[in-house]
Amino acid sequence: MIELNNVAMSYGGRALFENVSLLLPEGSFHFLTGPSGAGKTTLLKLCSLQLKASTGQVKLLGRPTDDLDRNQVAAFRRQIGVVHQDSRFVDHLSVQENVLLPLAVSHKATTDANDVSDLLGWVGLDHVAARMPPELSGGERQRAALARAIIQSPEIILADEPTGNVDWDMSLRLLDLLIELNRLGKTVLCATHDLNLIRQAKSRIPVRVLRIRDGGVTAAGADL
Amino acid sequence: MTRLQNLLLGDTTANRVVPPSGFTASLTVISSAAMAFLAVFAISLFLAAGELSNRWEAELSGTATIRLPVSETIDDQVTNVLAALDQTPGIVSARRIDDSEQLALLAPWFGQDIPLGKLRLPVLIEVEETQAGPDVEGLSNRLAAEAPGAVYDNHSRWRIPLVEAADRLRNLALISLLLIASVVAVTIALAASSALAANGQIVDVLRLVGAEDRWIANAFTRRFTLRALGGAFAGAIIAAIAVALIPSGVDAGILSGLGFRGGQWLFILSVPCLAAGLAFLATQIAVARRLKEDG
Ligand SMILES: Nc1ncnc2c1ncn2[C@@H]1O[C@H](COP(=O)(O)OP(=O)(O)O)[C@@H](O)[C@H]1O
Ligand SMILES: [Mg+2]
Repeated sequence: MIELNNVAMSYGGRALFENVSLLLPEGSFHFLTGPSGAGKTTLLKLCSLQLKASTGQVKLLGRPTDDLDRNQVAAFRRQIGVVHQDSRFVDHLSVQENVLLPLAVSHKATTDANDVSDLLGWVGLDHVAARMPPELSGGERQRAALARAIIQSPEIILADEPTGNVDWDMSLRLLDLLIELNRLGKTVLCATHDLNLIRQAKSRIPVRVLRIRDGGVTAAGADL
Repeated sequence: MTRLQNLLLGDTTANRVVPPSGFTASLTVISSAAMAFLAVFAISLFLAAGELSNRWEAELSGTATIRLPVSETIDDQVTNVLAALDQTPGIVSARRIDDSEQLALLAPWFGQDIPLGKLRLPVLIEVEETQAGPDVEGLSNRLAAEAPGAVYDNHSRWRIPLVEAADRLRNLALISLLLIASVVAVTIALAASSALAANGQIVDVLRLVGAEDRWIANAFTRRFTLRALGGAFAGAIIAAIAVALIPSGVDAGILSGLGFRGGQWLFILSVPCLAAGLAFLATQIAVARRLKEDG
């Protein structure tokens, strides 16, 4: 569950949005759309605790996140899978090791080797599992980032334009993955301006679309 | 225990998440090696100076001799001197060396039948001193009053300044060790801190996937501890070989004690272990502080 109460965000005094209140229930699937520069990435970073709201409150999994210490932030991050627009990796570790990183840092027994290769196979990266991230194309990086985000089956998945650099077929596969996770009860928030992707999702599961524009977030109309 | 286990063994990713090379790696290895090399010499000096000081000190305590020139009143003088010695702090006991003993002492040089009476040999009083010994100047004045021409000869008292010098040398060696240890700690803390700064992207990635500060700090600590251990081991071994090659043999004062003997070789092994311990602490502290500063 993600809850925003009267959240305002500004960079250096310039207000990006104000009075944003949202409730994304557990197990819901939301798209976040809006023109470039509207603040989609910023909103997602508020939800992944990478940014702090200027005012207002962000609640994750039913708990307020205002006064967390560093370990508590880390604990939240382990329950949130994040795919950035420009995802970064540990460049001297293989793609597979990068994908497994969330498990390594949480001292969890590494998942079954089969699970990892299944996941890598699903995002179409099995052939590059042993390569280093700098050797990947933009689309491959995004898929690796998605695999890393979901490897430990987080409660919340935040994806920032995850299909930005991949072809339509791959977009559909990534969408399948998100839908599959959503069916398992995960809360998904996905920023995109790919309307076809949204339509595709809508035809398969109940999704809601949020539009961010002119300093506010509204539910998008039925045209989407 | 699990913390230590995690730290030393770790999982493979945690072992490798900090890049294996980079200037901070060479800095850590080389400075650990150089400092271990110096530390071994400082330890060797410390041990040698300690031994020398003990040896000289042991020779100090012991006996002194008072020579009284023969005169008419020699027997009274001896009685007075013995009485005076009895009241002097720093003197354990005193006794006159009788003629037959003196004869025995001289026999090797002059044969058995020396006419002692004709030689007018001085009368000797053997004195046993405490460790600290008496106030020699005061005692000499006192003796001169009781028996003109009396000489208090305490053999090895001239070594007192040498013992002091040896003690001083040992303290300097100890201070050098402490300085070396601080330089190691500071160098490694700086190296770890700049490694952290140089690997900002890795730290960001680790944070994003939910790594706690401790996990990140351990990843860096493991690298730097192993580097310091390796470097210091090499440096200590080279220094140990160098020390072993110093020619030994006759009593050459401080030089004769510079080598390591028996259990002392363990001191050399302790150098890399201590360097690793220092690296461990320095990295943990430096990294934890830096991570906190980053916010
Ligand atoms: N760290 C930052 N400092 C200052 N301005 C920023 C920062 N990050 C984003 N912005 C500005 O905030 C606005 C929204 O950015 P962003 O959230 O990335 O939008 P979107 O993802 O919708 O394209 C943009 O105008 C961008 O320039
Ligand atoms: Mg964006």
